[in-house]
Amino acid sequence: MDNEQGKNSIKLEYEIIKDDFSRAGEASSNIKKILRQLGIDSKTIKKVAIVTYEAEMNIVIHSDGGKITVFISPHDIQIIAKDRGPGIKSIDRAMEEGFSTASNKVRELGFGAGMGLPNMKRYSDEFDLQSKSGEFTVLEIKIYI
Amino acid sequence: MQVMDLVKKANFKLITSDPLISRKIKGVYCCDLLSWVMARAKEGDAWITVQTHMNIVAVASLLEISCIIIPESIPVEKETIDKANEENIFILSTDLNSYEIFCKMKQLGL
Repeated sequence: MDNEQGKNSIKLEYEIIKDDFSRAGEASSNIKKILRQLGIDSKTIKKVAIVTYEAEMNIVIHSDGGKITVFISPHDIQIIAKDRGPGIKSIDRAMEEGFSTASNKVRELGFGAGMGLPNMKRYSDEFDLQSKSGEFTVLEIKIYI
Repeated sequence: MQVMDLVKKANFKLITSDPLISRKIKGVYCCDLLSWVMARAKEGDAWITVQTHMNIVAVASLLEISCIIIPESIPVEKETIDKANEENIFILSTDLNSYEIFCKMKQLGL
């Protein structure tokens, strides 16, 4: 997947902090507000909101911290979520609905239902997930406008 | 029906600031798994949940939920209420349980 870093794209970037549940969701809310100001249609905004929210929560819950970068171009919105941390042991298992490695404490808060990655895939037009155990996870998603 | 109808006609308590705008309730959705709600609830739904932490405000805001309803008088953290006021999200509290809330809404014409 090529990065849309050309002249016609807008770049947004957010630092996501591990275990910071109090601020979790702020990056997604901010991205949504900007898309609305740009006049993007509400169906596309909803897809981006779901994808960025799930990506943000995954970084908060599972990683040692990371970054969400968004490129908005006239044809699509590209979302890159990159984190440092334990990585994903089996991407195939992680993509199964209902599979989660979240702790009981996190589940009690309503997270860790094993819906995050499947939801992201369902609402994206291009989806690429790569991870190295013990090092990082990178998720690249495109949503066409 | 409007969110404030639940306060005026059904004794629900608005625990966020008095709203400057009215907001229409288009449907009701009840679930405590946040990813499930993100994927399934619709814009304008009233959302019933027993979760009371700050992140429910993020979900409600992203989905443009009409209001969050906390059933069975579960106490809500101050940080959640503050965040909701900041994001212009309405939170209602009631002593009714989820089933009774659905019945009440139907009674009120939803």
